[in-house]
Amino acid sequence: MTLRGHGALFWRVAAISVVVEFTKPKRQARKPGTLILVAPSVAVLLLWMIVPLVMTLWFSFQYYNLLNPAGAGFAGIDNYRFLITDPDFWASLGNTLILLGSVLAITVVFGTLLAVLYDQPFPGRNIARLLVVAPFFVMPTVSALIWKNLMMHPIYGVLGFLARSVGLEPVDWFAEYPMASVILILSWEWLPFALLILLTAVQSLDHEQREAARMDGAGPIAQFFHITLPHLGRAISVVVMIETIFLLTVFAEIFVTTSGGPGNATTNLAFLIYARALIQFDVGGASAGGVIAILLANIVAFFLVRTIARRLEV
Amino acid sequence: MRSSLTAQLLIAVLGWGIALLMFFPIFWMVLTSFKTEGAAIATPPQLIFAPTLESYAEVQSRADYLSFAFNSIAVSVGGTVLALAFAIPGAYAMAFHPSTRTRGTLLWMLSTKMLPPVGVLVPIYLLFRGAGLLDTRIGLILIYGLMNLPIVVWMLFTFFKEMPNDILEAGRMDGAKAWGEVWYLLLPLTLPGVASTGLLSLILCWNEAFWSLNLTSSAAAPLTTFIASFSSPEGLFFAKLSAASTVAVAPILVFGWLSQRQLVRGLTFGAVK
Repeated sequence: MTLRGHGALFWRVAAISVVVEFTKPKRQARKPGTLILVAPSVAVLLLWMIVPLVMTLWFSFQYYNLLNPAGAGFAGIDNYRFLITDPDFWASLGNTLILLGSVLAITVVFGTLLAVLYDQPFPGRNIARLLVVAPFFVMPTVSALIWKNLMMHPIYGVLGFLARSVGLEPVDWFAEYPMASVILILSWEWLPFALLILLTAVQSLDHEQREAARMDGAGPIAQFFHITLPHLGRAISVVVMIETIFLLTVFAEIFVTTSGGPGNATTNLAFLIYARALIQFDVGGASAGGVIAILLANIVAFFLVRTIARRLEV
Repeated sequence: MRSSLTAQLLIAVLGWGIALLMFFPIFWMVLTSFKTEGAAIATPPQLIFAPTLESYAEVQSRADYLSFAFNSIAVSVGGTVLALAFAIPGAYAMAFHPSTRTRGTLLWMLSTKMLPPVGVLVPIYLLFRGAGLLDTRIGLILIYGLMNLPIVVWMLFTFFKEMPNDILEAGRMDGAKAWGEVWYLLLPLTLPGVASTGLLSLILCWNEAFWSLNLTSSAAAPLTTFIASFSSPEGLFFAKLSAASTVAVAPILVFGWLSQRQLVRGLTFGAVK
């Protein structure tokens, strides 16, 4: 915890605590009706969760197209059958997993290495840290367009210029390597997040322990694998799970750069559902996709909530 | 320790090299925003040029730009205030009067965050259409408030937990009611924590780009949606895109830098400190 930031507060609280300790009343303090204080939050969250969830489930069993209101009716499992016999669905599921796996691998591996790097003292380290984490605070639509136009544009982009200046043909990134391009943008956004979390964890590492290991003759690499990495295990699992929640449903970056194309090369599950719902107005089909997205997320959420629950002291 | 001098140099070079590489797109965006449209697409790209505020002036002079910016501010502040209004009483009750249900309630709130927005896009869209909330600021404020409520409750809870119960009890002895206890004692004493919670919520609202892209088009569209309109082929104006983006990103970047540590706590629900 940053005591520095709360320094003044800390002393104020300490002073008041001392006074309170001496004047402590003997009788039990009354308990205000606390249920009524928690109830509003619980109620709105419950509504926010249950109503759309039930509606999604309901729609997923209905023929329901906004363009064709006459064809409405109970569909049984037809929407699901159409979905799983649709090659676009499997392609989008594949794309979702490729996107997730690649970005996770890149951000966790490099995030860990960078966390160790930025834990070392060097001149101007604090400023360098600010610069590295900056991309995480850039709004997704800006990140995507900056990369698409200023960096990766084959004619006017910086990468195209670099390619030409070493005598290479500039690459039309989003036409030739659409998936790799999206992965690059997402990694640029999420690497700072992984670094932020992992650096916080590295900093809480007991330096005496590492010093002891060094005294015993452990080299930097041995120290990394035997002390740092085990210590980071928990933080890495949190990074993996939180990124998974977000990366399973990447939307803005794809919407702005490739619109799922070319073809369905970068259509992930989220974009497929969006296209079904708001372009084709197939409410039933989109809802079936939504149910599958929810199931996927819940598998991850189960582990995340368990990990966090272990740490929760109430 | 002679060999470590090379190591230290290597670390410094690596540390700065990677930092500059990661920051380069943002730097280039800011640089491009001061160019003319012609200079922005010049090949080879120009590092030295006569800076101009032309693009900023042009972006500002578009009547609708200010309305997009206003929408961003309105929905971010609105969503944050809404979340805080619901979360403060809840977090207070759970932190100072925990019951057997508290732990379960907190974890359940966290689990609602796991519902992917795209899974409920269809019903929310239809509900909003039915209620006339599509493309309204109120609609987005509702969504953003609910979206951030679990994180806000969670963060406030951890900050409130750190405060000794005795102080509140002293206030109670003086006859303060629950709301007075919260308003006159708890909030002033935990102000840094409450402020950083609000800041995190502001950042998340400001940068949110799923609901804003799907639920707004013009009247209530925030900057995320406005910037996305530059993706169309006829919107290929690098300097103006950069100027609009710089204005949209700058305040949040500063907020983010200021609240990094609290951000880690909030985003990991206190699992990493």
